[in-house]
Formats: sequence, structure tokens, C-alpha cells
Amino acid sequence: MVSERPTADVAGNPDVMVTVNGERRLAPAGSSLHDLVEALGFAGRPVAVEVDGQVVSRGRFADRRLVGGEKIEIVMFVGGG
Amino acid sequence: MNQSSAIPSVAAPADDAPLVVGGITLNSRLIVGTGKYATYAEMARCLDASGTDCVTVAVRRERLVNAAGENILDHLDSTRYALLPNTAGCYSANDAVRVARLGRELLRDMGSACSEWVKLEVLGDRRTLLPDPVGTLEATEKLVADGFTVLVYTSDDPVIAKRLKDLGAASVMPAGSPIGSGQGVLNANNLRICLEYLKEDDPSYPVIVDAGVGTASDVAVAMELGADGVLLNTAIAHARDPVRMAEAMRAGCRAGRLAFLAGRMPRRLYATASSPDEGSIAGPRS
Repeated sequence: MVSERPTADVAGNPDVMVTVNGERRLAPAGSSLHDLVEALGFAGRPVAVEVDGQVVSRGRFADRRLVGGEKIEIVMFVGGG
Repeated sequence: MNQSSAIPSVAAPADDAPLVVGGITLNSRLIVGTGKYATYAEMARCLDASGTDCVTVAVRRERLVNAAGENILDHLDSTRYALLPNTAGCYSANDAVRVARLGRELLRDMGSACSEWVKLEVLGDRRTLLPDPVGTLEATEKLVADGFTVLVYTSDDPVIAKRLKDLGAASVMPAGSPIGSGQGVLNANNLRICLEYLKEDDPSYPVIVDAGVGTASDVAVAMELGADGVLLNTAIAHARDPVRMAEAMRAGCRAGRLAFLAGRMPRRLYATASSPDEGSIAGPRS
């Protein structure tokens, strides 16, 4: 799970800190963008994701490992003119 | 066009055909925004009453809490309405390009048939929400190079309008007056010049008046000038009876289009009697 408290995986690798929609979040070491999106509860929702200014398509979420320091934006459509 | 004529007006086509923007055919000439409604249910009723088949949406951060909340897509039938993402809230070309790409990704993820289009806005400041012309030109160039069909919000400046078309914008969308101001068409002559410049040698080039509409007559005015469509939001959402206003906008759009196609009579300084002089038992005061 994404948590606010630093932990480590079984091999002792520390969690990585990422910024999601402007908020700092810890993600387990070795986790992917897919894991993060799922942990945040957005798995089945119509969202688009940008990592460090580049769009990452849904099909690539699982391949994208989080290394720490990423600035991630998770967006959706809202009402607008 | 006769350069010496006092007030230019664009020539109306003999027969009307649906509005086509960047290869996408729209059966309604109203594009309606989805913001500021009291509820999603009211929004859905307004869209239905407006007769639109194209609605704008904004791209915003997903809330990290309450992720199970309602999503606007649950209230928009994407088989009925073409979704046009905007870059509202962007104050730089770079941010507008990022938001456009995220909007495209959302549309692609939905399997939309028109995922490559965007309503580009690059704003100058928060108080006026007027477009930043330099940033707008820069973002248009980048998005066109990236394969986007760009519908670009701009001021009613004919020079910038022409520059945007030359950069490859699929539609130039001059504002009637500031976004959400409800002031209507403030400078009809600038819009006339925009229409003349943009449609010279290219009469089907779509020009859509975007922003400033306050009521149905404003839509009619824009359409009578020869605009191909009108994009509006607040005038419906903030009307006392939004659904009724949506219906009024539909009628205003239709009335304005018909009047444009029909071709108005010339304005004259003096009266011309509608009843014949001949056979009158009265005469003018001598």
C-alpha cells in the first residue's frame, strides 16, 4: 500500500518517495506505476497519467518502475467550458 | 471582398451543410461547456435541451481522497456527445501542451473516435482570462506539430486570428467578450474582419465564437455575423432556469444561422414605407 510512513521490502530496500498530484507519497521499493495507480484506488477509473512531464499510456503502467523522485500527475475529465 | 465597403460581411453559402471541424462533422452549431452546473443531472438536461452534439471538458487532478466519487463521464453519453478537452487554466504554452496530451490520453483510453482534438486556451491573467497571444501562437505550433486538431481560443484580434490559422489551427475561436462575463459580442466589427480574413479563399474554414455569450440574442448576433458556431457555458449554467436557457440558446443559434443564410437587408438612415404610396387618400404635410 501507499503509505505516509517509510518502510522497506523483505530485502531491506527502502520505500521510494514520489510526488503524486502535488502530494508526497511513499511507494514500496520495486513497485510500478500500475501498483501505485491501483493502490490509490484509480485502477478501474478513467484517468490519464503523466510522469515527469511525459504521458505514460495505461498499457505501459506495469513496465514503469518507480525509482523515487518522480513527479506524477493523475488526471481525469471534469466539467469545464 | 470589396475593400472600400464600409462594413465587410462574409458571403453566406447557398445551402447549409453541417459544421465540419478538422474532419469531424457536428450536427449542432452550438458547442456547450460542462462546467458550473448545480448538479450533473441538471447538466445532462441542459445539454439535451441545447441540441448540442459536442461538449467541452476540462482536465484536472484526480482527487486522492474520495476516489469513489461521481465522475462526469457517468453523466455524458460519449456515443451522443463528442468530448472536446480544453486546456483551461493554463498560463503557459508548455502547460497547455501537457494538458492537451493528457486530454488526448484520456480520450484514447475511452476509445474516442476524435481523440486528437483540443480546445486550446493559453491565458494571460486570472482577472480577465484573456488569451496570451504569444503563448497561444507557441502552443498552437507545438500541438499542430504533434498531430493535434487545434481549436484555438483567441481574442477578436484579426491579425492574431490569421496567424493562428496560418500555423495550422483547425478552427480559430475568437472571444465575443471575456470568458464568463456575459457581455455578448463587444466588437462585432473585429469579428467581421476575423471572419473575412479567415474565410478569404477558404469559405468553409470554421470560425467559432467562443466566450462572452450572456443570452440567446448574443448567440444570434454571432451567427448572423457569419460565425460557423458558438461555444458557451456560463450563460446556460448560471441562468435562473438553465434548461430553458439551453433551449433558448438552441433557438438563438438556429435563428442567427438562418438569418445569416437569408441575408439581411441593408441598413438605411431613412425610412422606407412598407405600404404603397399609390392610392393613399392622404398625403404628406405640405
